[in-house]
Amino acid sequence: MHTIRRAAASILATSLLIGTAACGSSDDDAGSGSGSSDVTIGIVELNLSNPFFGTLEKATEAAATAKGWKVMKSEAKVPGDSATQVTAIENMIARKVKAIVLDPANPTALVDVVKKARDKGILVVTVNATVTPVDAADATFATDNTAAGKLIGQWAKASAPPSPRIALLDFDLSDGPAGGRHNGFLEGFGITDKDPQIAGEALTKGTVETGQSAMENLLSAHPDINLVYTINEPVAHGAYTALKNKGLQGKATMVSVDGACSGVQDVKDGIIGATAMQFPSKMGELAVAAAAEYIANGTKPKPGLTDSGTVLITDKPVAGLTSQTSEWGLQNCWGEK
Amino acid sequence: MTETVVLRARGLTKHYGQVVALDDCDFDLRADEILAVIGDNGAGKSTLIKALTGAVVPDSGTISLKGEQVHFRSALDARRVGIETVYQELGVAPALDITQNLYLGREQRRKGLLGTVFRKLDKPAMRHGSARQMADLGIRIQSIRQKVETLSGGQRQAVAVARVAAWATSVVIMDEPTAALGVRETNQVLGLIERVRENGLPVVLISHNMPNVFQVADRIHIHRLGRRIALVDPRNTTMEEAVAVMTGAKSPESLHLEGGTA
Amino acid sequence: MTNTADAALLEKEEDHGGPLRTFIGSQIAGPLAALILAIVVFGVTTSTFLNADNLSLIATQSVVVGTLALGQTLIILTAGIDLANGAIMVLAAVVIGKLATDGNALWALVVGTLVCLVMGGLNGVLISRFSLPPFIVTLGVLSVLTAAARLYTDSQSYPISSDLLTILNDGPTVGGISITYGVLLWIALTAVLGYALTQTAWGVRVYAVGDNRAAAALTGIKVRRVLLSVYLTAAVVYAFAAWQALGRTPTADPSGYSTANLDSITAVVIGGTSLFGGRGGVVGTFIGALIVTVLANGLTQAGIDSLYQQVATGILVVIAVAVDHFVRTRQTR
Ligand SMILES: Nc1ncnc2c1ncn2[C@@H]1O[C@H](COP(=O)(O)OP(=O)(O)O)[C@@H](O)[C@H]1O
Ligand SMILES: [Mg+2]
Repeated sequence: MHTIRRAAASILATSLLIGTAACGSSDDDAGSGSGSSDVTIGIVELNLSNPFFGTLEKATEAAATAKGWKVMKSEAKVPGDSATQVTAIENMIARKVKAIVLDPANPTALVDVVKKARDKGILVVTVNATVTPVDAADATFATDNTAAGKLIGQWAKASAPPSPRIALLDFDLSDGPAGGRHNGFLEGFGITDKDPQIAGEALTKGTVETGQSAMENLLSAHPDINLVYTINEPVAHGAYTALKNKGLQGKATMVSVDGACSGVQDVKDGIIGATAMQFPSKMGELAVAAAAEYIANGTKPKPGLTDSGTVLITDKPVAGLTSQTSEWGLQNCWGEK
Repeated sequence: MTETVVLRARGLTKHYGQVVALDDCDFDLRADEILAVIGDNGAGKSTLIKALTGAVVPDSGTISLKGEQVHFRSALDARRVGIETVYQELGVAPALDITQNLYLGREQRRKGLLGTVFRKLDKPAMRHGSARQMADLGIRIQSIRQKVETLSGGQRQAVAVARVAAWATSVVIMDEPTAALGVRETNQVLGLIERVRENGLPVVLISHNMPNVFQVADRIHIHRLGRRIALVDPRNTTMEEAVAVMTGAKSPESLHLEGGTA
Repeated sequence: MTNTADAALLEKEEDHGGPLRTFIGSQIAGPLAALILAIVVFGVTTSTFLNADNLSLIATQSVVVGTLALGQTLIILTAGIDLANGAIMVLAAVVIGKLATDGNALWALVVGTLVCLVMGGLNGVLISRFSLPPFIVTLGVLSVLTAAARLYTDSQSYPISSDLLTILNDGPTVGGISITYGVLLWIALTAVLGYALTQTAWGVRVYAVGDNRAAAALTGIKVRRVLLSVYLTAAVVYAFAAWQALGRTPTADPSGYSTANLDSITAVVIGGTSLFGGRGGVVGTFIGALIVTVLANGLTQAGIDSLYQQVATGILVVIAVAVDHFVRTRQTR
């Protein structure tokens, strides 16, 4: 009696686990009644705890279903979780999808499985980030993160006080986009990693609370910090709380990347000086268009990176840099307003 | 000696499916005695003890304590009427100190608000109580605050015996308490068992070790095939005879039986 | 005769351990030494570490994981583990944040506490009633709740403006050091739980259940009831942690604190509590949480790459586990 209850409870607990860990596939057996098409494509995203990836996934899925396709979806569970993505792609190969839209969790870990898929005649395009080498996938539609970093670096150079003291709030630099933004910022600002104008550098997890802690620690050692580079807008928001707690808001200029509506609002509120807006929906739409072309007549997209565009958002424009205001930004931003 | 019987059982029977673990078994324990229970593996000794301590409910038969019939539905029922048991292992919590072990599950609280509202333990009183209990039983330790894991195996079992002796008010039962101990430590525990009896509690000792049994027991209950086939006095029975009866090599009629029937 | 022996034993005990000896043998001596060493090293090597501002910052930065770790300590003392505590806290924080944006902040706090109690109770029932392994149960709950927080908020974060919800970030300044109510709450929770663990029968039973469950059961302790009470108490502590989190970072963020469960286990282990149960306590955990923060804070100020913070913390965990192993095997010979 007891053992039966125990077994039942075990099964319950495990199925809860499996239920959430397995790839969330929607629509994959449903919708066959519509009969419009038996094309299925795969979408492999990063962890949806970041709304950026959620926006990208939804846009991709919407574009695909608009074409009458079925969609098989999977997401990494945590940042860098390429193992889940590898399994998902293997399942998609088994299900004979026609194309896969992949947001890679790691530039190299997925190369083998991508090759396996392409050998089976499946078109694999990556979005948001590239794999290494870039031509391991058929094409990439992504923000040119180095260009994005460069934009805010140039803006910071033009807006910075005469003797800049810089804080760099990064994300794990082995992550492709994070490394690109970091390098682009330094390039745009015209300095290298060793430059004495850099007061300090700290890793965050790309979240508000880790941004706050990192900024607090840097401010303790360097209260004179007056320019803050942040990997994304949540980190910038946390860093702002750290500045505010020390009464230093307004003393430091902050730059960021993303263009989420909450981040653009922070630009409008004067919390963030400038941010480089990305266009996740466009990435997804471009990827689906490429897949449609391939499925219709076998034409592959142009190999390599296609930039989905970056726009500098600031209410303090500087000479020589094209930018848009936060008003424009709020109309074109992604995520919940 | 008035030979008052403290714990008595008549006609205990317990079946496990086809297996008859207890078969119309009788049991008698007098006040002020150490009663050894011996028997082959599978003879039903543990089942008998479990029936006497409420851990199993017999299919039939009666148990009476100090002349009054009792019906134990759980080990807690037996504990409530003062029957406490020492097990071969599992008896103590090594990371807790001696006092905490002696009072485990029966902690004392402070008097007044500290106790009723703040649930504060009365540690000084419990330390005094354990020091007295250890002294009464002649158990030598360095400090009452020692963690049990710092004690030797014999001392640990002594703590288990001390706890049982402290809370038992009618009977102490020990199932193979020396099985895991060396010779010297075994002798310590045997000495302890004698002191428990001297302090006024009857002891039931289950053991495989004949020399031990003959060293401390006042009477020996010989168990075979689910029942008591003999109840003997070690002073007029030899170890060889007891073993022979226990294993069925000799009939119990050849022995000087104690207490009449078997 | 008995009285003299009794007196002798008690007397012996008095002169056996002076307060100093007792302290050195205690569980918190090692962690405290490590904390002091780290403070001295950073104090010498950086000019800013020992500032009043920085010291109060370290305390403030410790409160969220430090509070979670108090609940984690209770569970680890029973030889369990809670992988879901961070997720429970985050779910409560976003529930509070969302309810407070269009309602009463106090009511939101109450509902958040209920969320913690229900989730802690679920863990507790599965673990105590059905004897399922805590690792698996809380891993499953972690997975479900992480998703639940995302679904509930559509992955959006909620800015917190209510004074009640952020009050733990305020506080008095004493002798130039500002102390937040959050830090005071953390200290108070440590004191209350420390009292409950060391001065009440409940505490002794928690240790006994973790140390030797079978023995505890044989003495008549209701092991399941003790286990359930531990998970529920921890849940209340997690509710406080959610409130702490809202005060510290005035944003209810469903993707925040994703490693808080492991961070809390780290604090518990570095604080000298044994993962095998039955040994340790909340004061050690309090120190352990401070050590983790001091390392992150000091190494960042010293300009050392963040990855070395993880290396340093990892080394401390290994040392702590090795010490525990040594203590247990030496003493259970
Ligand atoms: N829970 C049980 N289920 C089935 N059979 C049992 C159980 N407990 C004891 N038995 C059987 O009852 C008999 C007596 O066992 P036990 O009382 O343990 O003997 P002893 O302690 O003398 O070795 C043995 O045959 C044993 O296999
Ligand atoms: Mg037996």
